[in-house]
Amino acid sequence: MRRLGSALAAAAALLLVCAAWSPDKVSAGGQRQDNAAAASTEQEGDYASPLELALSPDGTRLYVLCQQANQVRVLDAATGRTLKSIDVGHMPRGFALASAGDRLYVANSWDDTISVIDTPALKVVATWPVAAEPSSVAVQTAAGSAKLLYVANRISNDVAVLDAATGSERKRLVAGRGASYLALSPDGKRLFVTHVYPNPGTQRAAPESEITVIDARAARVIDRMPLDSIAGVFHVAFSPDGRMGVVAHLHPKNLVPLAHVEHGWAFVDTVTVFGTDFGRAVEVPLDELDRYFAMPFGVAIAPDKSRIYITHGGSDCVTVIDVPRLMHFVRAHPGPFAQDLSASANYVSARIGVGRNPRGLVLSRDGRWLFVANRLDDTISVIDARTDRVVRTFVLEGPRKISPLRHGEQTFYIARFAFQGQFGCANCHIDSTFDGLTWDLEPDGFGVDIVDNRLLEDLRGTEPFKWNGGNPNIPTECGVRTEKYFWRSQNYDDLTLADLSMYVLSIPQRPNRWRQPDGQLSPAQEHGKAIFERAIDKFGKPIPLENRCSYCHSGPKGTNQKSFDVGTGKPTDRSGLLDTPQLMNIALTAPYLHDGSARSLEEIWTVFNPHDKHGRSNDLTKDDLNDLIEYLKTR
Amino acid sequence: MKQRLAMPMMLVLACAAFGAQAPQMPRFRFENFTTANGLPDNHVFSVLVDGDRIWAGTENGLAVYENRQWKTYTTVNGLAHRAVLSLALDRQTGDVWAGTMGGLSRISAGRIDSFTQLNSGLSNNVVYGVSVEGDNVWVATAAGGCRFNTRTNEWSLYNERNTPMVEIWTYAVSATPSKVYYAVWGSGLLELDQKTGRWDKYDDPDGENEIVLFKDQGLIHEIVTSVSYVDNIVWAATYFGASRYDGRYWHNFLTKDSGLPSNFLNYVKGVDANHAWFCTDRGLAYYDGINWAVYRPSVTTGQPEMTIRDATGNVTPVAVTSAPAHNYVLGIDFQGQDIWVATAKGLSHGIRQP
Repeated sequence: MRRLGSALAAAAALLLVCAAWSPDKVSAGGQRQDNAAAASTEQEGDYASPLELALSPDGTRLYVLCQQANQVRVLDAATGRTLKSIDVGHMPRGFALASAGDRLYVANSWDDTISVIDTPALKVVATWPVAAEPSSVAVQTAAGSAKLLYVANRISNDVAVLDAATGSERKRLVAGRGASYLALSPDGKRLFVTHVYPNPGTQRAAPESEITVIDARAARVIDRMPLDSIAGVFHVAFSPDGRMGVVAHLHPKNLVPLAHVEHGWAFVDTVTVFGTDFGRAVEVPLDELDRYFAMPFGVAIAPDKSRIYITHGGSDCVTVIDVPRLMHFVRAHPGPFAQDLSASANYVSARIGVGRNPRGLVLSRDGRWLFVANRLDDTISVIDARTDRVVRTFVLEGPRKISPLRHGEQTFYIARFAFQGQFGCANCHIDSTFDGLTWDLEPDGFGVDIVDNRLLEDLRGTEPFKWNGGNPNIPTECGVRTEKYFWRSQNYDDLTLADLSMYVLSIPQRPNRWRQPDGQLSPAQEHGKAIFERAIDKFGKPIPLENRCSYCHSGPKGTNQKSFDVGTGKPTDRSGLLDTPQLMNIALTAPYLHDGSARSLEEIWTVFNPHDKHGRSNDLTKDDLNDLIEYLKTR
Repeated sequence: MKQRLAMPMMLVLACAAFGAQAPQMPRFRFENFTTANGLPDNHVFSVLVDGDRIWAGTENGLAVYENRQWKTYTTVNGLAHRAVLSLALDRQTGDVWAGTMGGLSRISAGRIDSFTQLNSGLSNNVVYGVSVEGDNVWVATAAGGCRFNTRTNEWSLYNERNTPMVEIWTYAVSATPSKVYYAVWGSGLLELDQKTGRWDKYDDPDGENEIVLFKDQGLIHEIVTSVSYVDNIVWAATYFGASRYDGRYWHNFLTKDSGLPSNFLNYVKGVDANHAWFCTDRGLAYYDGINWAVYRPSVTTGQPEMTIRDATGNVTPVAVTSAPAHNYVLGIDFQGQDIWVATAKGLSHGIRQP
């Protein structure tokens, strides 16, 4: 009870903080609400969690992608009044409006479908199956009508090309890893694809990401713009004349010990500007010398190209860049300056506080109004672009009470606990998953105890945590350890840590895409399962218990929660005993082994198991190993 | 040796004596590329036409010719191995697949992803052949065949354990939505019916003998080096002649009764059911269903040479001023009416002449 009271008090305080940025808070029902009333209103149902925004061509309707509610909500853009809530698929992540405004295509990331909304009728008129974890959509138009639909698939790392009339898939184009966001150039000729994970690379090398460039008419990849030392790339946007592109991303410092954030940085939050206006791609820092603006996500460019707006999901604000000043600075500094945090003073003109975890944003056609989706407090901030002030806040329908789980999620995404607000949990666990990187976490010397980042899904029953099993539970993993080694600043209070732990443990397992719809295993998977469970090797010899796959990787989650020396330790590891990792959705999480030294599942056995310490495997044929891996992918 | 040279000469003379008109066969002006003009290596194993781009798999990298300039991809760029033995184009996506001596590489808008026997389900790093069919990439390796599904990333292996393959040294693959054919070095020709999943095996009815007792009653020889399936016709190349199979009847080609310049064939590419190109150790040959043409530097003088052999066996020399870079021919592809030819000493662009 005391805990509930504290949580409510915290929620009220948070809302009061929001109110400071929201002089004119209006509920989604069009009724003015004071903050206390908003805080005390308790409603059943899911939080809305607005993630992305779009405006109708005439600017009167604001479409809001509400991820947790599995809805698209249609708001009156002037008043914030909800005109309609349209149910879509599970966990929608991105959407796109046809240029005529008559169709809205929604990517439902967890049920692998596209919902097609007839916007005059405000109803779903079709649901099309697509590939693995569709995350955003772009509509290619010819002669005024939609011709092709492009869908970025985060898990299958590709872009599907669909017939916009029928939804039939024509082909898939190879993108980068974690293809997630799409933007068409204003002339409709080029499609740009960004990725939340870096491309697979060499262990302990700087990450490399790409912007995949597609000829939107021919539906062919024509270029891959490299983003060196970048991992975690989000939205990309273009000026209306197509001469300037801006993409938001993270610049991690994962090759040196993270333990010294007070002496440097763990991440730089940057954008890359490119296009003919700049003549070259230039990475531009958004942070300041003593203050960071974490998780740049959404990008919008003023119609007159005077300003760039960027949301910061970890810092609850919007950065405004003065474009003429940026151009002047870039021309005066031909060398790289991504790590020069003093640079931003030359072109950042404002920081506008908004709600919690701001994500998607959209500008009105005249550039006057900027709408920002605040995912973790279910509001839309309306910013007057002339004054850089939040002038209204639309409150979306849904529970107003901040539940402990919601509070935990807010804590997961906020960067304020870290020294100078450098980063939060979500920096490395992008969208509560992972980041595809290996990290040097502890103050034990350069290159000592390198760890691969693990997926956070359905963690209950997989403890202990940490590569060597050193942390018996999530509060230990996320508490003192994180505070001491990572944040170097604020400690969580007990309730916050409890809520954060509850949230981390609540993250569900996403659907496994390698299982067949009927739950049956394919013949190859069935054979792989038999290998996984075997007790006799191919020469008829018994396999010792501890050398069977199914012994250590037992149970529904594929771990017996014990530590073993499986021969994959490195001289730079302080311990030879390694925690047995869970196997759920293991196909997604390359690289593998505790330090990310195996680039693929195959390499675990073809390279790193010469003495059969990591399970009896050297008697297997290549066919057997392939089938074993096909089975593991189904876990 | 004298005897071998005398025969064609007699045919030429006979042809001239009777004033016979040689059939019209395609004529080319050859422009040759070597290290002297941008190729990374003169030893060209494979060639692929991709619109205006030409890809050349050489012993020292994968070269692409575009806008009259060569660019080379090597292991530094992520190529699986410097020696590129085979090439295939995914016509849907524009991606190029390269079989190398060290794995399989995908080249997609400049990015190279390499699959090896260690980091993927590829059965063996020596990739002799590759063919793209829909979402599947079919691979011929020194340890059997593989199919890589680009949508599911699943690898399926084909070898002596699940096909009639006796030897697992697969040399080439030709895949279509209906049938997939593997050329197996020493184990004949394998056919997969994609609808039924059933494998069939075609062997030389003479066994491993190098004499031909059963002409046109089966595959010409067990050592099959190349296969091309087009218009429901199988064209097969072996080290001891070539074969054409229409699903019911075999027709075999030997130097003694066709226009093939040699029975030692590295590669065959069918144009359609009745037209095919044959790459031999003694020149490039074209068959139009009746007549033959051979293009090569003369095996005796090295001078450019073209001969036409008609249905009756008459051979007519054609005056030419250029020839493929070498008579050891390893591959061919088509660019409209033009041809691109991979040889042991350079890449040749055959520009069709009126």
